[in-house]
Amino acid sequence: MIVSYKWLKDYVNIDAPVKEFCDRMIMSGSNLETCKAIGEGIENVKIGRIEKIEKHPDADKLVVCRVDMGGGESLQIVTSAPNVFEGAFVPVAVDGAVVPGPLHGQPKVEGGVKISKGEMRGVLSEGMMCGPQELGLSDKVAPINSKDGIWLLEGDWSEHLGEDVDKALDLHDYAVDFEITPNRPDCLSMLGMAREAAATFGTKMIYPDTECEKVISEKASDYIKVDVNSDLCKRYTARVIKNVKIEQSPWWLQKRLMAAGMRPINNIVDITNFVMLEYGQPLHAFDIRSLAGAHIIVDTAKDGDRFTTLDGTERELTSDMLMINDAEKPVAVAGVMGGLNSEIENDTTTVVIESATFVADSVRKTSKKLGLRTEASGRYEKGIDPNLCEKAADRVCKLVEMLGCGEVLTGSVDVYKNPETAPTVTARVSRINRVLGIDLGRGDMVKILEGLEMKVEGTGDELIVTPPSVRQDLLEEVDYVEEIARMYGYDNLPMTLPDLQTKAEFSKSWLLRDFVRETLCAMGANEIQTFSFMNNKTLDAAGIAKDSWERAMVELINPMGEDTASMRTILTPGMLEVLGRNYSRNVEAVRAYEIGTVFMKNMIDENQLPHESLDLTIGLYGEGEDFFTLKGMVEALLDRIGIEGVIYTPESEYGVYHPGRCARISVKTEAGEEIELGIMGEVHPDVAENFAIGTRAYCAELFFNVLVELSGREIQYHQPPKYPSITRDIALVVDEDVTVGQMEDVIHEAADELLRDVKLFDIYRGAQVGEGKKSVAFSLTYRHDDRTLTDEEADREHALIADALRDKVGAKIRDN
Amino acid sequence: MQERLNEMLEEAKGLIEGAGSISEIEELRVKYLGKKGQVTEVLKSMGKLPPEEKKELGKSANMVKGQIDSLITEKTAELREKEKNARLAAEKIDVTEPGKEVKFGVKHPITQIIDEVVGIFKSMGYSVYEGPDVDTVFNTFDGLNSPPTHPSRDMTDTFYVTKDIVLRPHTSSAEIRAELELPTPYKIVIPGRTYRCDTPDATHSHTFHQIEMMVIGENITMADLKGSLDHMAKKLFGPETRTKFRPHHFPFTEPSAEMDVSCFKCGGKGCNVCKGSGWIEILGCGMTHPHVHRAGGIDTEKYTGFAVGMGVERIAMLKYGIDDIRLLYENDMRFIEQFK
Repeated sequence: MIVSYKWLKDYVNIDAPVKEFCDRMIMSGSNLETCKAIGEGIENVKIGRIEKIEKHPDADKLVVCRVDMGGGESLQIVTSAPNVFEGAFVPVAVDGAVVPGPLHGQPKVEGGVKISKGEMRGVLSEGMMCGPQELGLSDKVAPINSKDGIWLLEGDWSEHLGEDVDKALDLHDYAVDFEITPNRPDCLSMLGMAREAAATFGTKMIYPDTECEKVISEKASDYIKVDVNSDLCKRYTARVIKNVKIEQSPWWLQKRLMAAGMRPINNIVDITNFVMLEYGQPLHAFDIRSLAGAHIIVDTAKDGDRFTTLDGTERELTSDMLMINDAEKPVAVAGVMGGLNSEIENDTTTVVIESATFVADSVRKTSKKLGLRTEASGRYEKGIDPNLCEKAADRVCKLVEMLGCGEVLTGSVDVYKNPETAPTVTARVSRINRVLGIDLGRGDMVKILEGLEMKVEGTGDELIVTPPSVRQDLLEEVDYVEEIARMYGYDNLPMTLPDLQTKAEFSKSWLLRDFVRETLCAMGANEIQTFSFMNNKTLDAAGIAKDSWERAMVELINPMGEDTASMRTILTPGMLEVLGRNYSRNVEAVRAYEIGTVFMKNMIDENQLPHESLDLTIGLYGEGEDFFTLKGMVEALLDRIGIEGVIYTPESEYGVYHPGRCARISVKTEAGEEIELGIMGEVHPDVAENFAIGTRAYCAELFFNVLVELSGREIQYHQPPKYPSITRDIALVVDEDVTVGQMEDVIHEAADELLRDVKLFDIYRGAQVGEGKKSVAFSLTYRHDDRTLTDEEADREHALIADALRDKVGAKIRDN
Repeated sequence: MQERLNEMLEEAKGLIEGAGSISEIEELRVKYLGKKGQVTEVLKSMGKLPPEEKKELGKSANMVKGQIDSLITEKTAELREKEKNARLAAEKIDVTEPGKEVKFGVKHPITQIIDEVVGIFKSMGYSVYEGPDVDTVFNTFDGLNSPPTHPSRDMTDTFYVTKDIVLRPHTSSAEIRAELELPTPYKIVIPGRTYRCDTPDATHSHTFHQIEMMVIGENITMADLKGSLDHMAKKLFGPETRTKFRPHHFPFTEPSAEMDVSCFKCGGKGCNVCKGSGWIEILGCGMTHPHVHRAGGIDTEKYTGFAVGMGVERIAMLKYGIDDIRLLYENDMRFIEQFK
């Protein structure tokens, strides 16, 4: 809502500097968007009158004007503007003048533009006639006859020739743009903002005059009949004006509209716009000639009806759209836009002024369906007090009378079936104080509320409040808590801390996330955050099979495009994208991880919430990184969070990874149940290519919620060994298929009670062991906790293990 | 014999003096004092002498032995010292050469801001509560007193899974859950990921994070809200930070406010960070609307409370001077590693 500060002062007595005005309005609840000065930066631009226009001798598009500057002075000015005529009053930038600009067709220059006399195509031009834009006004608000040309000043300025234009026109003003929150549609009006200002500054309102001094005896009801056939119209008020003279509005009216950001068109349109800005009540003027049967019927359209709006577009209607019809046809989309068929013309003589209230939601839906938003629909959809209709229509009539541009008929036609009033609410002084943490007396509260034009009754703790009917937002006690708070001033509330002792508690999951982040960062991995979205294309690129569970994605019904089509079920594709992005940006090495939410479609009932859980991915590439550096990280991490007995099973079918370099990660519980923890591997070359990772990369994805469940970081102290241990090495030749994991299992199973540690220290392949074979060497450590071990004891257990290896995995023991 | 011993001593003195290394000294020790060393030989040969002479000679032989021994010990120590000094001199390094790289990872800046804010509230006794990213329209809008026509419900604003399920556009969606689940009174923070249909540009992202703070208790006031947030602002942006509360409107709180903090870059004088105003808008907050309490089964006469919603990305961008929100989701290692 753009408020002209000068205009506002018509309704409220304030003389605060604009900065103070803005600051105080902000603190009482009117949030400021911008505050712009109007009429600044104009120097030596004076009012002149074009006396004579002649053709330029050497240029078809230029004319040479003789301009009377008053006091017997005149200037010769060359212009290319097509709208000038002899007798027109115009702003003239004389030699040495400064205008804020921008000049026609040129970019804006900081600090304005200096105008000097000069020659244009060989003819002396002693200054420049200015358009509204050149004087710093937006082209959007230029009066229609001055658009893209010289500003043709409305009215007789012959007494002011040679005067500074900014002073003579009283241009200086501020356009203060307030953000109006959806609960305060009443503030989308000058009077609404004036009420706020009056309450903020503790002063009284001056309401505009709505009483016509003379009306002609004919009645509005003699000219027009109104029927409202739908509840979507709450009230319809019509007044009639005869002998209308369509012309330009006087400057004072144009000035108000321009400062508020609206373009002056002609007197009738300008008056309806002026009153709309003043009261917040949209108005419409029909030419009575175009209303068949002199009858207005408010009713919903029929599906498939067609109607051409003022903007010349033919639109298809639906049965939930409210229309204004005459006896034969629709003439306007209620609250949205009038029709081309009933527009005010230059020869219009009798107009019907519509001042109506329509149901906000209906206007909102219609406007949305038609893709048509107007000043009127924007106001209607936020909600308008039906009690405004009559006042606003009266005010239009009063202005017509003031401008002398028509004759007002007696009375109105007013259909208002269910009059609305603002509800009376009981608020408690004690409750207001309790919520705000203050101790304000009843009297002070009453004063605040009365300052907002509210009626307060009741005694003691009770405030029985009736607000003005425009305040549709005040429905219950809490609404008055806010009124008191904002007018008392948030600044004046004390600062305290809640009198509530509580102990901070964190879930196991939260704490483990924190711990895992610390751990992985200590391993040199950076944390990443990728989007929660995923789609089938990405899953294809990642090599995820078409029928896999990863495809059970939660889909959105209104995605912004393919990228946001559905929710991720795994984090790995996001990690692959990050690896690819870094690789393509020449980042030499990456170690990264993410803990993020994954989403699974609710298979039982899609109308219920999907299943959410947390996953952890780790991804890396770079010199020295391989499957085992990643595995080392996974092992260290799982060990650190207290998960023991982790099993790595070869997996060759998971498309993300190299078929020979992928492992499923699981644990076996004490009950013997195998629980899957995740999967890891070297990224399949095809997948790496799809994600533009031009090197070997490695990823793991772990089910974080399972880690949370299994992790147990209870530390039990064990005394360091007191007695020495004996280490025996064993080298085995086995078939290539036999995994280290299998051999380790055999070793652990065969061990009696002395084996303390198993360390792989060498794997050898080559001629010495033969084709399809490998030599694997372990170092086994034996120890007894209570005494020094003898060689014999160690040998005995070592032999057991060697035998088992021979039997179970066909190992040949190598003698060194 | 005596003469022989004296010569031996003189000779040994000379040789020990002239020895250039530990091994030479060791040889001399063997030569004189070893099992077959010259002094040892003298002592051994004494058995045949008469007792008087034996006593005399024994005395001087032991004296010579002692002298040689201590000479050797001294010389050994001297040579050890010399060798050590030579080694130290030879081992000189250029300490200005770079150290061997130890690489630590870095937490994502979004996590760092969340951790910092959660930490501040933890010290004030707030617990962490979390809700799902995908939540019901009731928890997101209706329960939070959002009117049926509120623009944020539009498909152009909020992502829908079904007509009753959305990707939460604010962490406030977890408020009703907390009310139904937690025993009153409580103080909680709700960090989490949020989504809105915003076309990505320098200041918009369809994915972002919020931290909600929520307190319910018997005498929670708007003064408490102001005090708690002022405390947070001072912890987060520095002790000299000032706060300003401006009236605003949110469906789920009344009275509602937006909080500005004095610009932490210029201190309030006005600069490019605060766009000359000296203040930076940080968050929205207010006293929880009774309708929201009612939706969660809270006795509105007994309890009052406040709620705060803060954008994590906005804080991160302001605090670290990040000028494009998209950088936070590109995960360029060279970006992340700056937040050590």
